Amino acid sequence: MTLTPVLTAHWDEADSYTIGGYMRHGGYTAFKKAFSQGADETITLVKDSGLRGRGGAGFPTGMKWSFVPQNDGKPHYLVINADESEPGACKDIPLMLANPHALIEGIIIAAFAMRANHAFIYVRGEVPHVFRRVNAAIREAYTAGYLGKNIMGSGFNLDVVLHAGAGAYICGEETALLDSLEGRRGQPRLKPPFPAVAGLYASPSCVNNVETIANIPHIVNNGVEWFRSFGTEKSPGFKLFAVSGHVNRPGIYEAPLGITMRELLEHAGGVRNGHTVKFWLPGGSSVPMLTPDLLDTPLTYEDIAAAGSMLGTGTPMIFDETTSVVRAVAGWLAFYKHESCGKCTPCREGTYWISDLLHRLEEGHGTESDLDKIVELCGQIAGRSFCALGDAAATPFPAALKHFRDEFVQATTTPANDSFNPIAATVFAGATR
Amino acid sequence: MAFTQTTQERAQEIISRYPHSRSALLPLLHLVQSEEGFVSADGIAFCADVLALTTADVAAVATFYTMYHRKPVGEYHIGVCINPGCGILGGDAIWSTLCERFGIGNDEVTEDGKISFERIECQAACTHAPVMTANWEFLDNMTPQSAVTVVEALQRGEEVHSSRGPRIPTFKDNELTLAGFDDGLVEFGGQADDIMLAGLRRAQELGQKAPEAKK
Repeated sequence: MTLTPVLTAHWDEADSYTIGGYMRHGGYTAFKKAFSQGADETITLVKDSGLRGRGGAGFPTGMKWSFVPQNDGKPHYLVINADESEPGACKDIPLMLANPHALIEGIIIAAFAMRANHAFIYVRGEVPHVFRRVNAAIREAYTAGYLGKNIMGSGFNLDVVLHAGAGAYICGEETALLDSLEGRRGQPRLKPPFPAVAGLYASPSCVNNVETIANIPHIVNNGVEWFRSFGTEKSPGFKLFAVSGHVNRPGIYEAPLGITMRELLEHAGGVRNGHTVKFWLPGGSSVPMLTPDLLDTPLTYEDIAAAGSMLGTGTPMIFDETTSVVRAVAGWLAFYKHESCGKCTPCREGTYWISDLLHRLEEGHGTESDLDKIVELCGQIAGRSFCALGDAAATPFPAALKHFRDEFVQATTTPANDSFNPIAATVFAGATR
Repeated sequence: MAFTQTTQERAQEIISRYPHSRSALLPLLHLVQSEEGFVSADGIAFCADVLALTTADVAAVATFYTMYHRKPVGEYHIGVCINPGCGILGGDAIWSTLCERFGIGNDEVTEDGKISFERIECQAACTHAPVMTANWEFLDNMTPQSAVTVVEALQRGEEVHSSRGPRIPTFKDNELTLAGFDDGLVEFGGQADDIMLAGLRRAQELGQKAPEAKK
C-alpha cells in the first residue's frame, strides 16, 4: 500500500507552521464552505465520512458531535485533547509543531457545527515549543478575522483559549481533562452523564483529539467519497503512523488505514540491521503486544482487534530480540503506577502491587506463583475502575505472559539485565544508525 | 514572598481568559513558578487569594501535578525519559551516566543550583528516542556522551539549543511561557526535522501521493 501524505503534505516547507504557509495550500477555505452549507449539514458530512477518533478509542467523530444537544439554550464547549502522553504515541505533538493551523481551522468548523462559541486546547505542559506554535497560530487566526466575533460576517462567534497542563498522563482521559481544565485535580468522572450532556462547567461539551480535528478541513473540502477512498469500510481515511523502536528510520509515515505493519516497517527501513522483530505494539503501551507472525495484519480498528490487540493511537513500537520483555513490561507498569490518579482503589493499589512484583522479577527474584498472582491482580483492576487507565494497566502483562512465559519463569532466578545485555538494545550499541 | 505588581497584573490577565475563574488555577501555578522557581506556601496563598479559593483547595491541585515543584529546581531542569520506548533504547544508560557524572539523583539539585534531574515518562517523542528535556525543550536522539556534554554546557551557562526548539530558556522563563505569555521564540527550531519528515520524503522518493479529490 502506498504512502499518502495529506496532513503531512507540506511539512517540508520552512513556513508550514505559519498562516501564510497554511493558506498557500488551500488553508482556511474549508471553514467558509462549512459556514455556507450549515451546521447540521456539516455534522452529517462528518458522520457520513466515517471518521473515527484518532486519540485511541476510535469512536465515530460525527456521532460524538451529534450527541451535543442543540437549541438547549446552554453554552456549548469544544475541548481539544492535545495531552498526547500515551507511551509510544508521538503524532499530535509533531502535527502541532509543523502545522497548528490545520488544528485551528478544524476547531472553527467543529465549533460551528456543534454551536460552540468557546473552544479550549488542552496541551500537555511539557512541550513549551508546541505551546508557542499553537499560541502563535491562534493569534494569527484572530488577526485574520477567522476567530473572534462575527467571523467573516457569518454571525458566528468563536474564542479559542490555549491551556497548558502540568504533568499528568491521566488528563488525556476526557473527563479527567475536563476536571483539570476546571482547575481541579485531574481525576476521571463517573459516566454517565457523558460530556455531551454535562461536560465542561456541567454544560454540553465535546472532547476531540488533535489529529481527528485536523482531518476535518480535508473532509469538508474534498468530500465523503474522497475520504472513503482511503482505508476500509469500518476504518476510513488516512492516519499518522508514528513508527518507533528498533527500526532503521523511525518517523511519521502517513498512509491509509489498512496498510500492514510489514509494509510500514519496510517504509521505515526495516528492523535494525542484523536483528529480528521480537514483539510490537500497534498503538501505545495500553494495547496488547503482538508477535512477528502478525506483521501482515492490516492496521485497521477491526483487523487489529481480531488479531487480539487494539489500534489505539496507531503509533507502532517495534522491539527486536535484544529486548527483555520482562524489563519492558516492568517499565510500563511502573508508569501506570506513577500515573494512576488514585481515585479508584483497584487501580491505585493494583498498579502498586503489580509494579512491585514485576520489579522484583526484573531483578531476578520471585516465584512462578507470582506470575499467577499478577494475572489475578490484573483481573481485579480491569473493568473495576472509572476510566481506561486501570484497564490499560491490566493489559501489558497478560499479553506478554502469553507469548513469553519462559522468559518470565527465567526472571524468577535471573535478572533481566543478565539475560539480555541492556547495552545491546540501545541505539548507540554500535548499530547502524 | 510578596509577588510583584507585574505578576499580579498577569494573574488578572490569566483569569480574564476563562468563563469561570477557577479554570485559571493551572496557569496561575505556572505563573507562580515563573517568579519563585517552585510553588511555595506563599505561592499557594497567592493563587487562593486571587481566585477566592481556600489554600487547601489550591494545595490539593498543586500537589497532584508533577510539573509543580515544592522546592526549588535547578535553573536548568533536566528530564531523562525512562519509559521503555526511550529507556530500553538508551534512556536508562543515559540516566545512570548523568547521575554518576553530576552526583545527583531524581528530584535533586546540584550545589550551585544550576542543574536538577528528573526521571520523566513519555514525552510524545518516541520516534526521537532516547529523548531528554531541558526545561521541557526537546533534546532528541541522545547518547550518554551527548547528554553529559549538553548538561555540562548548561551548567557553565553556555548557549544550548533544543533539537526542535529555541535556545534553552531558564526554568522560570519557560514557566511564564506555559502561563500563556509570549516570549517571541516561536520561529526557532525549524518547522519539522528529518524524523518528522521521514514518511513525506519516502513518499516523494517513491513518487507516492494521496489521490486528488474529483472536482
